[in-house]
Amino acid sequence: MNRFIGFIKKEFYHILRDRRSLFILFGMPIVQVMLFGFAITNEINNVDIAILDHSKDVNTKEIINKIATSKYFSIKGFISHEDEIEPTFRKGKIKAVLNFEKNFSKNLVTQKKATVQILTDATDPNTANTISNYIGSILQNYQQELNQGLKLPYQIIPKTRMVFNPELKSVYMFVPGVMTIILMLVSAMMTSISITKEKELGTMEILLVSPLNPFQVIVGKVVPYILLSIINAVVIILLSIFVFKMPVQGSLFLLGAESTLFIINALSLGILISTVAATQQAAMMTSLMGLMLPVILLSGFIFPISSMPLPLQMISNIIPAKWFIIIIKGIMLKGVGLAYVWKETLILIGMTIFFIGLSVKKYKIRLE
Amino acid sequence: MSIILNNISKSYNKVKAVDDISFEVKPGELFGLIGPDGAGKTTLFRILTTLLIQDKGNATVAGYDVLKQYKDIRNHVGYMPGRFSLYQDLTVEENLNFFATIFGTTIAENYDLIKDIYVQIEPFKDRRAGKLSGGMKQKLALSCALIHKPKVLFLDEPTTGVDPVSRKEFWEMLKRLQQKDITILVSTPYMDEAELCDRIALITNGKILQINTPGAIIASFPKKIFKVRSFNTYKLIEDLRIYPDTHSAYPFGEYLHFTPKSEAFRPMDLTKYLEERQHKEIEVKETVATIEDTFMDLSKANE
Amino acid sequence: MTEDNMIQVENLTKMFGDFTAVNNISFEVGKGEVFGFLGANGAGKTTAMKMLIGISEPTHGNATVAGYNVLTHAEHVKRNIGYMSQRFSLYNDLTIKENIVFFGGIYGLSSADIKEKSQAMINELGLHDMADSLVGSLPLGWKQKVAFSVAMLHNPKIIFLDEPTGGVDPITRRQFWEMIYMEANRGVTIFVTTHYMDEAEYCDRVSIMVAGKIEALDTPKNLKRQFQVDSMNQVFLKLARNIE
Repeated sequence: MNRFIGFIKKEFYHILRDRRSLFILFGMPIVQVMLFGFAITNEINNVDIAILDHSKDVNTKEIINKIATSKYFSIKGFISHEDEIEPTFRKGKIKAVLNFEKNFSKNLVTQKKATVQILTDATDPNTANTISNYIGSILQNYQQELNQGLKLPYQIIPKTRMVFNPELKSVYMFVPGVMTIILMLVSAMMTSISITKEKELGTMEILLVSPLNPFQVIVGKVVPYILLSIINAVVIILLSIFVFKMPVQGSLFLLGAESTLFIINALSLGILISTVAATQQAAMMTSLMGLMLPVILLSGFIFPISSMPLPLQMISNIIPAKWFIIIIKGIMLKGVGLAYVWKETLILIGMTIFFIGLSVKKYKIRLE
Repeated sequence: MSIILNNISKSYNKVKAVDDISFEVKPGELFGLIGPDGAGKTTLFRILTTLLIQDKGNATVAGYDVLKQYKDIRNHVGYMPGRFSLYQDLTVEENLNFFATIFGTTIAENYDLIKDIYVQIEPFKDRRAGKLSGGMKQKLALSCALIHKPKVLFLDEPTTGVDPVSRKEFWEMLKRLQQKDITILVSTPYMDEAELCDRIALITNGKILQINTPGAIIASFPKKIFKVRSFNTYKLIEDLRIYPDTHSAYPFGEYLHFTPKSEAFRPMDLTKYLEERQHKEIEVKETVATIEDTFMDLSKANE
Repeated sequence: MTEDNMIQVENLTKMFGDFTAVNNISFEVGKGEVFGFLGANGAGKTTAMKMLIGISEPTHGNATVAGYNVLTHAEHVKRNIGYMSQRFSLYNDLTIKENIVFFGGIYGLSSADIKEKSQAMINELGLHDMADSLVGSLPLGWKQKVAFSVAMLHNPKIIFLDEPTGGVDPITRRQFWEMIYMEANRGVTIFVTTHYMDEAEYCDRVSIMVAGKIEALDTPKNLKRQFQVDSMNQVFLKLARNIE
């Protein structure tokens, strides 16, 4: 046990003395969260929208007027058919389309309610959300004006639809994504680099020719990074809660447990990389290309998986980050419990066991 | 026997790094593996320290088989790889402490053994290893390899790239360690260090040329050897190359070492030949061979 | 400065912060001379050499190499010198021929010139069978011989050799020195560092650096007489020990 503690102590010396890496380790999460957080503007201005008005009656005209005179929107076109919606979006200028149903006024009078569909371009999900909120409140204002002194109130029902990114649930979705990337980076890349560093330095030779068994060497190298990653996860969550007022709906305990599971998963990947890579440089390139890119591109963090071509969708299944993002999105934003994410959790556990098994099998007790 | 090798061979992609090598090292012996880079010294060390598996043959270290009992060997040997493998970002003391703990011991427990060496670097114990000079790194690496009181010590080129002063001190340290019942296997490309070993194996291209005490190896040099000098070394080399009775002529310090082809060679003849070729300050004297002469002679014969 | 001095060093000093790596050294090296530049690890040899080849700026003092000031005309200096070190000399993942073409190209040799020279070099070194094999697969001694020839490709007036024979087998080591002698004989100035003290004896003159200063500079013969010993090794040990 003394040996083991001595080993971990040594690892901490390495980490604490490398000021630059230390700064990256702890500075990066903060900077990333801040960047993503502040990039989300809650203010919008003069957003271009288009109108598809099937009724063209008094009420729709009044609503369109209200929107046109607000400083938030400027109406850049009228279209006459549903088929034109997508091409309009594709041109890229128009961020939202308002689609009034047929017989809007008539429905309002006879059925006391009418529907207007708000279609938003959700490639920029945060803006999309803000737009639909603003239009929603304009509609509500108008509805209140109409209802003044009426016994049976009219109801205007806005139906929001995201185009291009229908999975989007919340503006806070960047938090799970950033957290996943950072945990992956710290855990997998840093461990693989620190192990290959010993190979490069030649100290691995001495460790091998010592009574420490390989398992102890690996666990000794990994434990400090588990701690670091957990600290990182806590920092990210605290920032999101206190700086960006993100509501965490679900159990913090479950969130912590799932994060730890993902950290261990990433660490085992890091170990696996270090069994293959001979130099720090190779370890870094493998981690970046092999882990970071798929995490960013295929995990559903930035590009929604459901809109990917089928082969990519299938590949995304073997990316642990995808499952982790589903889990923590569920816990953080929807407040679900283990009952809803047990399947994803099992998949992550299975992957972790597989990676650990593989790296133990690949880990060499000799140099060859 | 402390180390026994029987017909050890090892190849990398068809290149024979170690080719059928056998020898034994007695307990308490200071045994030198002498040969240039690429001779197979490091491969041999790695096989003996259980880092590599030989293709053929078997070997024991401190009585343990390198294959089957590798864990026992790892408990009982000290190993200093070719580069001084230290943690550059740890201080002198932290490095030593770390290696003591992973071997389940403490600095205090075996301080006696390393005292001699460690006192020289102790004034710098709070300095990071990366900031030490070559000689000090070498001493720290040796202290680390010794901290668990190994029975057998493997030193792979401990003096390569180190200046002559530090080299001399290092060999003095090894001599003192030997008196503490540690078997030492050391490799070096510097032939002048061979004479400091009890016995040596001359090794080149994965093969052993000769094993014996340095004295016996020098005595076994089969030819007469002469040291030759003149005012112009370069011209001397050129002229000796075309001299009909030259077997070999190699620069050796300020002299050239010359071996004749014929038994009947007389120094006078050579002096005369050189005078004819306008050499001045000519000196031709019989001398004793060095390990390096022997090494060159044997490797030439081996080709 | 006399016509024949290829290297002229005056009060050259290099400081790193408070630490004086090279302390006010002066010496000159003549044309065709084999000059041994010795010293213990950390004595300042490498730092001094870096200033002479124009890749490090002196803190004080002056140095002229091949007639050019290292401070003001570093580019001219570089064009007139060759440099070869133990650590980096050739690309291991290129063949001998490819290395020659590459380094020839760096120094602006015409392709006809390169072709002719590489053929001559391959003949001279007897490398016909190996010309197309990767440098990484050569034995170290061969590698160093090829590296030396490559460093001589552009006919430099001076060649700087930083521990060129470390770890090389004794026969090849001597062949290497014969190549050095040959070039010196043709008038090339040789500036060489080494840890082999027998090689120090091969030099025309030797300087020994201790703690940033040149503590001895003379022919091996005179140095041995001065210190009353019979080998350069002993000279070195005496000098370095005394100072410490």
